[in-house]
Amino acid sequence: MSTATTTEPTTTASTAYAPAADRLGAVLASREQPPRPSAWSASLTFGWRTMLKIKHVPEQMFDVTAFPIMMVLMFTYLFGGALAGSVTEYLQFLLPGIMVTSVIMITMYTGMGVNIDIEKGVFDRFRTLPVWRPAALVGALFGDVFRYVTAAVVILVVGLILGFRPDGGVLGVLLGIVLLVGFSFAFSWIWTMFGLLLRSEKSVMGVSMMVLFPLTFLSNVFVEPETMPAWLRVFTEVNPITHLVAAVRGLMAGSPDGGEIVWVLVAAGVIIAVFGTLTMRLYNRK
Amino acid sequence: MTELAIETSGLVKIFGKTRAVDGVDLAVPAGSVYGVLGPNGAGKTTAVKMLATLLRPDGGQATVFGHDVVREADTVRSLVSLTGQYASVDEDLSGTENLVLIARLLGHRKPAARDRSAALLEAFGLTDAADRQVKNYSGGMRRRIDIAASILRTPELLFLDEPTTGLDPRSRNQVWDIVRIIVAQGTTVMLTTQYLDEADHLASRIAVIDHGRVIAEGTPGELKASVGAGSIQVRLRDAAQREEALRVLSSVLGEAVRPEADPVALTAQLSGEDSDREAAEQASRALAALAAAGVVVDNFALGQPTLDEVFLALTDHPATEEAAA
Repeated sequence: MSTATTTEPTTTASTAYAPAADRLGAVLASREQPPRPSAWSASLTFGWRTMLKIKHVPEQMFDVTAFPIMMVLMFTYLFGGALAGSVTEYLQFLLPGIMVTSVIMITMYTGMGVNIDIEKGVFDRFRTLPVWRPAALVGALFGDVFRYVTAAVVILVVGLILGFRPDGGVLGVLLGIVLLVGFSFAFSWIWTMFGLLLRSEKSVMGVSMMVLFPLTFLSNVFVEPETMPAWLRVFTEVNPITHLVAAVRGLMAGSPDGGEIVWVLVAAGVIIAVFGTLTMRLYNRK
Repeated sequence: MTELAIETSGLVKIFGKTRAVDGVDLAVPAGSVYGVLGPNGAGKTTAVKMLATLLRPDGGQATVFGHDVVREADTVRSLVSLTGQYASVDEDLSGTENLVLIARLLGHRKPAARDRSAALLEAFGLTDAADRQVKNYSGGMRRRIDIAASILRTPELLFLDEPTTGLDPRSRNQVWDIVRIIVAQGTTVMLTTQYLDEADHLASRIAVIDHGRVIAEGTPGELKASVGAGSIQVRLRDAAQREEALRVLSSVLGEAVRPEADPVALTAQLSGEDSDREAAEQASRALAALAAAGVVVDNFALGQPTLDEVFLALTDHPATEEAAA
């Protein structure tokens, strides 16, 4: 009985809440209309949201740490001996490619993230806010850029441990990563579109896989296209991943190929123009 | 003529073959609570989404404080706030983070965003839970953080889409109190609900929606008067006497009497002309008539008009049947 009387007041105090009319009224009384935030600041705020989500659900960083490590180890030791005679030698050729493959594959989580987010109703609130419309998606991609950089750095570190010695030095490697992450940002708009278009995250994943596997494997990532049949070589030649890999390889090897870099930048611009527009059209209509 | 917060004419939204909203005309006066009453699938949420610029109407037009919801969507967004039916805050984030995020997006600078968030958390009794992830909140707390997120900038018009569905009675009363405080500060509230009781308590005018159409509109008093003062539920001792009881009640009350699933129960409408006393009088006359006819009544109850009865009276079909529409 004595325990009941001592615990009761605390439980009622914590569960019984009565709205504080005066306090709430005071907050509401300030009808100050803050100025509309700029497109940039709204995007950054949404980027901050993505970072907060990473802080609260750190497991989601698994795919940008464990997955890339697995990719490097698997392909280096699987193909190394057969293709280049030695693992270290193959690594000089493979690492930039595997970095591109991993980061490009990780971009598909963007679409799944958008799809899950939209399902939940938070986006209904965002879309009633008077902010620059693409900010929610641009901000989400800012958060993803952080994930891409993490994945690239993880792969680089594993590569360095295994014996990757890029001739391009620190600057070359850095520029290579910047180009890769920049292209991935653009590439992600394809997935935001599918994230808005398709009904479930599973279908987003299905479509992503169907696009990503041919794009990454039917390229110059693992073998030189010269060894492929002519029809396949035609595909690898127009495959943007081939050009991206060539550009990143060139930068990291200290022999940058201007043509390839321009090709990649133009492709990135076209992807944003096309899929960014489609995404925003879907976003406004959803 | 008072200022109108919302004005719509012939508003239409079509999903595939369903006309979710089928020609809705509304005139919502500023500064009060306007209730939109209807069963699941009646088109309430769709209508609110169009008014809050989330959905583009397929026909008709709508203005919020004189601004067109399509052509001047951005201006409308700066005047309204929406608390959706489903959690419109981020479950992974803490209470504070959610509020600061929205406040920043509304243009508040960092210190102002933090101050306003902290003040609202305190006013809503959520200070202790401020740093917890919203997914660990109880249903009532979640509703409160949802509403708090909607008033980070005091809106001119607040949409509350079924704010109390699924809440326990105490949390529901808290939400009602909050709504009253918000309206007292001059914000217009449009509230959708499935409960006549709720619309009755909060709204100064109510529109009843079914199949995407407004089937009745008026003050709660007018609405209830049109439906009848309520109903009397009678339980008989002997199921064999129900036919007799049905006959007696319909002749005394001149209103619809329907047998319930329970073989000894039946419900009769009362046409109380908006007066409780008259309803009670009718009920006692009905009971006396039953006694005179030798029908043994085990017990009886007087019921306020329910949404179901409003629907029966207005549409000749019960509301619950439409749940899938």
